[in-house]
Amino acid sequence: MFRLRRNGGPASVAVVVEGALVHVVPGASAAAAVLAAGFASIRETPVTGAGRAPYCMMGVCYDCLAEIDGIPNQQSCMVETRAGMRIRRQLGARQLDPPNQHNE
Amino acid sequence: MNSVEFAIIGAGPAGLAAAALAGEFGLDTMLIDEQGSPGGQIYRAVETARADSPLGPDYLAGSHLVAAMRAARIEYRPGTTLWHLDPGGPLFLAHAGRTETVFARRVLLATGAIERPVPIPGWTLPGVMTVGAAQILLKSADLIPAGDIVLAGQGPLLYLLAAQLVQAGSPPRAILETTPGANYREALLALRRRWPGLRPLLKGLGSILAVKRAGVRRRCGVRGLRAIGHARLERVVWQGGEIAADHLLLHQGVIPDIQISLALQLRHEWDDGQLCWRPVLDPWGQTSTPSVAVAGDAGGIAGAAAARLSGQLAALDAAMLLGRINGPERDRRAATVRAALAREQALRPFLDRLYRPQRSILAPEEDDTIVCRCEEVTAGAIRRAARLGASGPNQVKAFTRCGMGPCQGRICGPIVGALIADTLGRPIADAGTWRPRAPYKPISVGALADLDAGV
Amino acid sequence: MTRTGEGTLAFPGLSARLAWYYSTTDAKKRVSAAALAGWLPKKGDRVERFDAIVIGGGLVGAAIAYGLARAGLGTLMLDEGDGAFRASRGNFGLVWVQSKGEGAPHYQRWTRRSADEWPGLAAELLDRTGIAVDHHRPGGVHLCLGEAEFDDRRERMERMRRQSGNLGFDYRMLDHREVADLLPGIGPAVTGASWTPYDGHANPLALLRALHRGFVDRGGHYIPEAAVGDATAAARNFRIASAAGEFAAPRVVAAAGLGNAALSPLFGLNAPVRPQRGQILVTERARHLLPMPTTTIRQTDEGSIMLGDSQEDVGFDTGQTAPVMQAIARRAVLSFPWLRDLQIVRAWAALRVMPPDGLPIYDQSELYPGAFTVNCHSGVTLAAAHANLLAPMIAAGALDASLDLFSAKRFDVPAAA
Repeated sequence: MFRLRRNGGPASVAVVVEGALVHVVPGASAAAAVLAAGFASIRETPVTGAGRAPYCMMGVCYDCLAEIDGIPNQQSCMVETRAGMRIRRQLGARQLDPPNQHNE
Repeated sequence: MNSVEFAIIGAGPAGLAAAALAGEFGLDTMLIDEQGSPGGQIYRAVETARADSPLGPDYLAGSHLVAAMRAARIEYRPGTTLWHLDPGGPLFLAHAGRTETVFARRVLLATGAIERPVPIPGWTLPGVMTVGAAQILLKSADLIPAGDIVLAGQGPLLYLLAAQLVQAGSPPRAILETTPGANYREALLALRRRWPGLRPLLKGLGSILAVKRAGVRRRCGVRGLRAIGHARLERVVWQGGEIAADHLLLHQGVIPDIQISLALQLRHEWDDGQLCWRPVLDPWGQTSTPSVAVAGDAGGIAGAAAARLSGQLAALDAAMLLGRINGPERDRRAATVRAALAREQALRPFLDRLYRPQRSILAPEEDDTIVCRCEEVTAGAIRRAARLGASGPNQVKAFTRCGMGPCQGRICGPIVGALIADTLGRPIADAGTWRPRAPYKPISVGALADLDAGV
Repeated sequence: MTRTGEGTLAFPGLSARLAWYYSTTDAKKRVSAAALAGWLPKKGDRVERFDAIVIGGGLVGAAIAYGLARAGLGTLMLDEGDGAFRASRGNFGLVWVQSKGEGAPHYQRWTRRSADEWPGLAAELLDRTGIAVDHHRPGGVHLCLGEAEFDDRRERMERMRRQSGNLGFDYRMLDHREVADLLPGIGPAVTGASWTPYDGHANPLALLRALHRGFVDRGGHYIPEAAVGDATAAARNFRIASAAGEFAAPRVVAAAGLGNAALSPLFGLNAPVRPQRGQILVTERARHLLPMPTTTIRQTDEGSIMLGDSQEDVGFDTGQTAPVMQAIARRAVLSFPWLRDLQIVRAWAALRVMPPDGLPIYDQSELYPGAFTVNCHSGVTLAAAHANLLAPMIAAGALDASLDLFSAKRFDVPAAA
């Protein structure tokens, strides 16, 4: 659990984490938003499905991988939040959706 | 193709100082940083920090460095990742999913430091993170951990963060110091050999006193740390004690970020004083490759002030090599910088000895402990590979997948070297390093496919 | 540190070999003073005796050593250290048949036999070592982009069939729609493909580990950091001086990859192999999508997608180059547009061990019977043949006549009349 240091401070950026609205300060990363939203883990590993949370917060450990605005497996600690950003936990390996097509 | 004289990788104190000085000399300079705003980790988010920040005046002083960079006539590229470098050839950058090629006559790696990994049993549990991570959350998101916080480890940052948490109204429940008793003796001997001055010692004491005044419990000489929990951290256990916890913040010092310098195959050496690999550098930061230099903690841990000064030295050297000043002029200007640098480095032997990590932190004793977080490879698997004949990290990687995940060995690299050394009974220096490859950070297949189109 | 080209590979003399060795190894390679001292055999040192010595611990050496140990021979496998070239670590992982042996039916046959032995080897390794090598044989596809490529490929497949004789060669040329039925999301640029049922893929690193483990479990001795410096050779009596000591055996197999060029002459053999660089890109893990491998794109059991291949003549340079990486990515995206969004998490360049005509070199020494040289660039595909067919020949002391065409004598320039 994490809390904002100043209640009613400048937490003016609204993002959506797993469908719920969360407010963060400008400049906060998407990883911070997930922690602020109260989630213990941000992803489940593709190897064993174990839950993971960010470890380093500086782009080294890759434990903060999350799906951001529909794009999976992004280093969420390196992505700055923007209003309306949609963040989801990364559950295992990414799903691929190739178009079903019969081209001429 | 874009072309510059001087490319600097990293906008922490070393990179900022180098950029500002390079600008003064009129060098055509590009400052490249993967973070969205300048300051590196130590001065992270300093531009938007408030004057009453719990992080203190030393942190806020970083804003001067940032301001100097902003004022300089250089090109600043935030949110930009270097994914491949051909020494003597172009830099390959990625920004917002697009790739770009830039040619630079000279490159300065100012990639700073990373936390030494702390592979205790259970370190991958949600709720466990580094002290640096907690500090970044405080700096950049104004978030503090709530509930029961335990700090564990050793190093100046431990008490610094503890004091910052106290200031921010969230004092930790306990600090578990892992400093072995023998370290104090060694550290005192170092002080006798070289007296660093009273001020730096007092600064460190200030944090410790602030924490003591707040009534935070301290345990010293802690061994056998483990994080216990089912889906997340529930309690912290050590030899002779345990405590319930929601957050465990770990710290065992920092080590140079050598991912790029290793990828470039620059010559490195094992620094037994700091228990880490570092690039071999001359007094100006020049590496074994003529067009590449290193400044700041990426060349060996010496702290933010020393990083700033070594950034200046590298910029002076660049100014000479790129024809703006001659040798004697460079040396003249460097004199005061060197004197200041020597003063900054005076405390280092003391700190290195005092905070030298236990062997079991370098090479986890229990076979079940995860070493490669990405691929979930355990210490036992690595030991088995070493016994099967994998005599170095690259063979271990081939046999176990350790190091093949997205972090490309940044976290597990130091641990693997120590485990191999341990298992085969030889010095860590002999175990060698592995060879990171491009892309230094992931880029999409599409961005790579469009490479020449993006120029 | 300078890199030498292939012209300096074949000179004799120990100091010259040492010079070659140091000049061509990776700049980061470290040879301790003790190892250096070990290059030169000392009189009176204890010499360990074995039934067979295999020089080289990559896929070729390990497969042969495994086969020898399995046959009951007391076998020693000598290997270099962590920083050696190690083609096996750069392998793409195909167990590939359809492109092999055009104009050389004996190679076609040898490759087919190996592919047929593969499932048995994989099962045996799993059973003995518990290590799964992830072998799958769903058939394989070679994608053609453009009519010219397609026509070219069809002609080539037809030649393979004609040359296959009574072995037969079952292939199909698929048009775009048929390929789209087989492989999801194929791009419009794909004109068609060739398909055969013989192709498959496996995990090369798991294979290497399994062979090593199986070797040791069968009583084999493996010594790394044991670069070979010199040898004395006599018929069925070989003495090897390595950085880890001296060893003797009546059989010796040169399986040292690129090192074989300098090593084989010690045993009266010729192995004119040269480095050929290949670069590979690997994506993040994704849920399984590709049901079968193509020559340049395959999905591993872990879910990563591997993209290759390149063939570059650059000497001993294992550097990566952006233009080649870009070309691999471009072709991948043309083949499967949905690959665009996948992140490349790692990549590498490695040196294939390439004989002059691309075909393996298998040879036995006439000057010193009991010495063999084994060279190829398809260490994964031929692993089963090496373990199950070649190793027994070596154990028995001589190669079958069926392998005569693989001898290096084929490179001897006939004397002018």
